[in-house]
Amino acid sequence: MARSITARRKTINTAIAWSIGLLIFFPILWTILTSFKSEADAIAFPPKFLFFDWTLENYAVVQERSDYTRYLWNSIIIAGLSTLIGVIIAIPAAWSMAFVPSRHTKDILLWMLSTKMLPAVGVLYPMYLIFIKLGLLDTRTGLVMVLMLINLPIIVWMLYTYFKEIPGEILEAARMDGASLPKEIIYVLTPMAVPGIASTLLLNFILAWNEAFWTLNLTAAKAAPLTAFIASYSSPEGLFYAKLSAASTMAIAPILIMGWFSQKQLVRGLTFGAVK
Amino acid sequence: MTFTTRTLMGACAISAFSAAAFAETITIATVNNGDMIRMQSYTDAFTAKTGHTVEWVTLEENVLRQRVTTDITAKGGQFDIMTIGMYETPIWGKNGWLVPLNDLSADYDAADILPAMAGGLSYDGTLFAAPFYGESSMVMYRTDLMEKAGLTMPEAPTWDFIREAAAKMTDRATETNGICLRGKAGWGEGGAVITAMSNSFGARWFDMDWKPQFDSAEWANTITFFKGMMDESGPTGYATNGFNENLSLFQQGKCGMWIDATVAASFVTNAKDSTVADKVGFALAPDNGLGKRSNWLWAWALAIPAGTQKVDAAKSFIEWATSKEYIDLVAAKEGWANVPPGARQSLYDNPEYQKVPFAKMTLDSILSANPNEPTVQPVPYVGVQFAAIPEFAGIATDVSQEFAAAYAGQQTVEEALAKAQAIATDAMEAAGY
Amino acid sequence: MATKASRTAARMMMAPAVIVLLGWMLVPLIMTLWFSFRNYLPLRGGDLGFAGFDNYVRFITSSAFWPAVLATLTIVLGTLIITVVLGVLLALLLDQPMWGQGIVRILVIAPFFVMPTVSGLVWKNMFLDSVNGLFAHAARAIGVTPVEWIIEAPFFSIILITSWTWLPFATLILLTAIQSLDSEQLDAAEMDGAPKIKRFWYIIVPHMSRAITVVILIQTIFLLSVFAEIFVTTAGAFGSKTLTYLIYQRVLESQNIGLGSAGGVYAIILANIVAVFLMRIVGKNLDA
Repeated sequence: MARSITARRKTINTAIAWSIGLLIFFPILWTILTSFKSEADAIAFPPKFLFFDWTLENYAVVQERSDYTRYLWNSIIIAGLSTLIGVIIAIPAAWSMAFVPSRHTKDILLWMLSTKMLPAVGVLYPMYLIFIKLGLLDTRTGLVMVLMLINLPIIVWMLYTYFKEIPGEILEAARMDGASLPKEIIYVLTPMAVPGIASTLLLNFILAWNEAFWTLNLTAAKAAPLTAFIASYSSPEGLFYAKLSAASTMAIAPILIMGWFSQKQLVRGLTFGAVK
Repeated sequence: MTFTTRTLMGACAISAFSAAAFAETITIATVNNGDMIRMQSYTDAFTAKTGHTVEWVTLEENVLRQRVTTDITAKGGQFDIMTIGMYETPIWGKNGWLVPLNDLSADYDAADILPAMAGGLSYDGTLFAAPFYGESSMVMYRTDLMEKAGLTMPEAPTWDFIREAAAKMTDRATETNGICLRGKAGWGEGGAVITAMSNSFGARWFDMDWKPQFDSAEWANTITFFKGMMDESGPTGYATNGFNENLSLFQQGKCGMWIDATVAASFVTNAKDSTVADKVGFALAPDNGLGKRSNWLWAWALAIPAGTQKVDAAKSFIEWATSKEYIDLVAAKEGWANVPPGARQSLYDNPEYQKVPFAKMTLDSILSANPNEPTVQPVPYVGVQFAAIPEFAGIATDVSQEFAAAYAGQQTVEEALAKAQAIATDAMEAAGY
Repeated sequence: MATKASRTAARMMMAPAVIVLLGWMLVPLIMTLWFSFRNYLPLRGGDLGFAGFDNYVRFITSSAFWPAVLATLTIVLGTLIITVVLGVLLALLLDQPMWGQGIVRILVIAPFFVMPTVSGLVWKNMFLDSVNGLFAHAARAIGVTPVEWIIEAPFFSIILITSWTWLPFATLILLTAIQSLDSEQLDAAEMDGAPKIKRFWYIIVPHMSRAITVVILIQTIFLLSVFAEIFVTTAGAFGSKTLTYLIYQRVLESQNIGLGSAGGVYAIILANIVAVFLMRIVGKNLDA
């Protein structure tokens, strides 16, 4: 390594970085800790950090009140399928933008992003009417479609920027060998773009998981995901910090764990073409 | 499993054969209040009785309101039963969006429903929603702090007494606030409290020509009094406190008095959650000697949207959940203090229930509210802490935001009222009044 | 290089994405435009006829309109500034050698996984609450009167929450950019004796400009529609009502679909102004 650094410097870096990291993480840590407290301990002054009577009561209460696994399953299906379908539609589009660019490529890309700027609540009523007509209310199919469309611009953009970094000569070579276009995409391009596709999948899975407007307003009992689960805990009567924390922990734990395990993949492709 | 429940289940298993052919799954949207959550936990008893199963959609009050309103106006048909209040029921009933509930069975004894509740949940004499529980508002106060302040709470206090007592009970050093009231923006939060309070000050929302009245001296007096008292004796940040925040403060012993929903009485006297459970007294909501008290009237009620295919199953659920039988079931399992209050006369005739400390005051409060004549001067609208017209929720939310900003000291009371008047005038003109 | 045939093929491949997005954009947009010219009041019986430009006039002349535009821009700009500045600093820090870099990175990105509703509720109740919040506890411990954050500093509170959510995103993208910086270039500058600040301004910042552009673009799209953070904290009071929130009130509280739709059209216009502005300032960095 060209840049040599002293152990002292490294220690200082470590100390600062860890302090900031813990500071940023603290609200989540505090929520998780609070979820194991009694309601009285949750608001105690001075605050209790670790030395309180740990209890699982809040989780028991939350589980008894609502069928967590059903919400979880809906979240997984809706976020997963919408992302997957989005990527399948986006790959050919991103391919053609990256390798057969035209004068309008940039405009099309920006136009796609601009569709995300429509304020959702302004079109709630029209959307609700459309969903009634199509019989899609409270179905996972309906939500998969909506979330796919919401995230499609981001997916196309991420993939486009990633594809652009792949040297065109390789594709040329494949074409010389007589590979057809679909073959070229499936056998040559896709394997090379795996890291980019992986991080696109991950980022959009997170975005879909956390989408709280459509998932709340277009569902009732059957298709409701974890965002609806949280909406039944957001302001219950009386002391509620501990129960709220337990519900919150349950809502974010799956995505947090998934995110942590896959953060390397997430980071690798999260460049949006910002890196040359 | 106890012997009784086992026989019950056994009996139901047999009757389930006959009911099985009609067994349906109904979807119910409800609010996440304690009594409704308790109702959910008894769903099995309903299923055992009728064979019908229930899917619950439990949401926080504001989210619930936006969900069910969107669904009923767009005719989405997502729910077989909706939990709605006294504000929505007459408006929806008038539009023909709800199934009339005039034909409930004789066992159900609809005549037993408190007239104030039945009246507020009807349109043109037809009942459109059955009350699950009803409430008014009243003073809940700390008997120990009142004694320490050298005062005695009258059964029917005046606002001047409340203000004086609040000042005496306040001890900033120990974080004891003389009085806690809702200041939070939202028509169902701070909006409800200030509107009910304004009635006792002689104010009104609209005159007989539907002209907004925020430019009146009565409204100025109301807001000035409220802000003055809360600044003297209220908790910090009261402009963001709603029902839950205040309940939590009171349970922690940080409020001397709290004027809010009568249903809160069972929470503040419940030793499991409340540190002051054995030191709570009750009194009627205060007045100013003008003939109107500052208590409101509300019911959370179950209604069936017109257009559902499962009217019969939905009716059977409503008959079960708002019945005397359900009250007995909860009383047997969790004690009389935890039954849903305020809906039925028979509950208040029950000697067992009369032993509950807040029973009488709750009934007296409910009986003293009159949605048809809520104000000192005549008004064209029905409703105590609201006006049952479609435009009200929107206007009152905007107005309550202006009031909250005044409570927080970000604008003067005059400015807030002037803006409120402008907002209300504009909205009423837009609606064609 | 592209032949005519491959161009046709390319268009065909772009078609599915473009068509579904076009549908997704046009159908609600046309419906919004239609409703915005109607007197549509569901609680009064639905569509009560043509309204001309009444809804547009009413929405823009309402006393809440300009404050809402201002509130929207305040929240967007405030969050952008904080996340970009802190993001750059944090990215620089995380690029340094240290022990446990992976774990620190995990801690830093965690807030991005938290739903907006949850982060709003947690911050409002457990931190910013002036009675039971942790900040109030801390203030009391050092003998200071607790600040009523949500009331006295509503924008600070909301921006704090949105920044907390988006800082991880900014940091990650900026970090990837820094890591791709040619270290030989930096070493050369170091050899030349260029001071640290100069190296930062003349080498690192220009290198990161594209990444910063991306951060700004993506975040703006999401921040323009911030809702849950306001809903659970101020409920629209204390001047924190954004355009999105105002439309929400018109559509769902007032049940005035026409007025809300006109508001939606204004919001689209505002979003496009912001977008054009962004393109002018930072768009040249976008390699598209």
